[in-house]
Amino acid sequence: MAKNVRFPYPGLFKGMWVTLKALFTKAPVTMYPQEQEIPVPRARGVISLDVDNCTVCMLCARECPDWCIYIEGHKEEQPPSKPGGKPRIRATLDRFDIDYSLCMYCGICVEVCPFDALHWSPEYEYSEENVSLMLHDKERLTDWLATVPQPPALET
Amino acid sequence: MMDFLDGFWIQLILKLVGILLVVLTGALVVIYAELKIGSHMQTRIGPYYAGGRWGWAQPLADGLKFLQKEDLAPDGADRTVYGFAPYVVMMSTIAVFVVVPFGPDLVGANLDLGAFFLLAISSLSVLGVLMAGWSSANKYSLMGGLRAAGQLIAYELPLVLAVVAVVIQAGTMSLNGIVDAQSQTVFTVAGFDVSLPYILQGQIIGFVIFMVAAVAELSRIPFDMPIAESELTMGYLTEYSGIRFTMFFLGEYASMIALSAIAATLYLGGYAAPGLPGDLANFAGPLILLLKISILVFFIIWIRWTWPRLREDQLQTLAWTWLIPLALVNIAIISIFKVVF
Repeated sequence: MAKNVRFPYPGLFKGMWVTLKALFTKAPVTMYPQEQEIPVPRARGVISLDVDNCTVCMLCARECPDWCIYIEGHKEEQPPSKPGGKPRIRATLDRFDIDYSLCMYCGICVEVCPFDALHWSPEYEYSEENVSLMLHDKERLTDWLATVPQPPALET
Repeated sequence: MMDFLDGFWIQLILKLVGILLVVLTGALVVIYAELKIGSHMQTRIGPYYAGGRWGWAQPLADGLKFLQKEDLAPDGADRTVYGFAPYVVMMSTIAVFVVVPFGPDLVGANLDLGAFFLLAISSLSVLGVLMAGWSSANKYSLMGGLRAAGQLIAYELPLVLAVVAVVIQAGTMSLNGIVDAQSQTVFTVAGFDVSLPYILQGQIIGFVIFMVAAVAELSRIPFDMPIAESELTMGYLTEYSGIRFTMFFLGEYASMIALSAIAATLYLGGYAAPGLPGDLANFAGPLILLLKISILVFFIIWIRWTWPRLREDQLQTLAWTWLIPLALVNIAIISIFKVVF
């Protein structure tokens, strides 16, 4: 205690009272495997993929800060809509993987997708014992789509 | 039957086993208490699964884990000193219980110089800490060891002076004698002889000084500068692993019990409780002493999870400008009362 330092009264004893109270109050803990916390409806649990909307534009993969989205695709020639017309080119998705062991759940990919192919789902129980299993492929990402909550109704 | 207990070696072995059992299981219990109380004070739950219920087996699991770990020593370490240091700390802690009376007859050795022995042997643990710090060949360890030695200068004098006041009041240095002095009748109310422990006989300042110095000796928060994780990694413990770390760890908690036992004996009446008939003291005494110890241990844990760490120079100022003068005043007042009454 230097000359300019006051003895920390009553702070010291206030602190003791705070910890004593905390000792006898129930800790606000959810005992996870036994009891489950229900996340808020639009919680950011896992990102799901709507394959039909994806145009393989690669915007999400490019914007991803962690580079955890892997996309491969090829162009398919579609028959022309009218006879004699020009054949159309359609981009088809071969591979769309998100590595959730790298993902930091920033949601930039969801924001940046111009065709609403990516959606947040509140599911969160997909931890694995092997880190390589955290790489979710196209099919697994599509499975999450069923858990995506309906978007809020549009204002008319 | 009781003749069997009179043999010197039988008694020695019984006392040894008893003390080791009490100290080591006590240390485990205190570790568990620290885990649980600390986490609840931080609105956590703490250990939960180990042992099936309330995580009661967590200290055992931790201990087993440490035992499996490799016993590492740095290249530049002084192997002999490095290896021996944890045992010095452990021995000095256990040796305290030689003189702490758990009952009128339940005492390792009723030394006439009990209080003196206590102070001498309990400050020996700093030697072990300094050995650990010096021999680790690590700058953090060295700083930790030196801080522990510097801390000794701050707390040892108030500790001794606080005990001196008790010794003056009791008129004896034997711990059994001190407990006896506290179970003497102070005054009589409606036919009941009331005896008071020394904390209620004007030793309250001495008790506070003793506890502050004891926490500093334990190098626990708020005086854990020798360990100071955020500054010195782990202080003198930095290089230790495996069984030797376990020794230090157990030693820390055992010395919490040891110092609480000393404080309980000197200030709270030891194994004696008011109203307890003398012939029961050998059976109820240990329980009463353990109750008093656990109250003090709870207090030490409580402080640890509440207060921040002081700086080394703040401890020095606290000790030299407040504790030592107060302890001297305390001695003077106690001596005057002793002479006058």
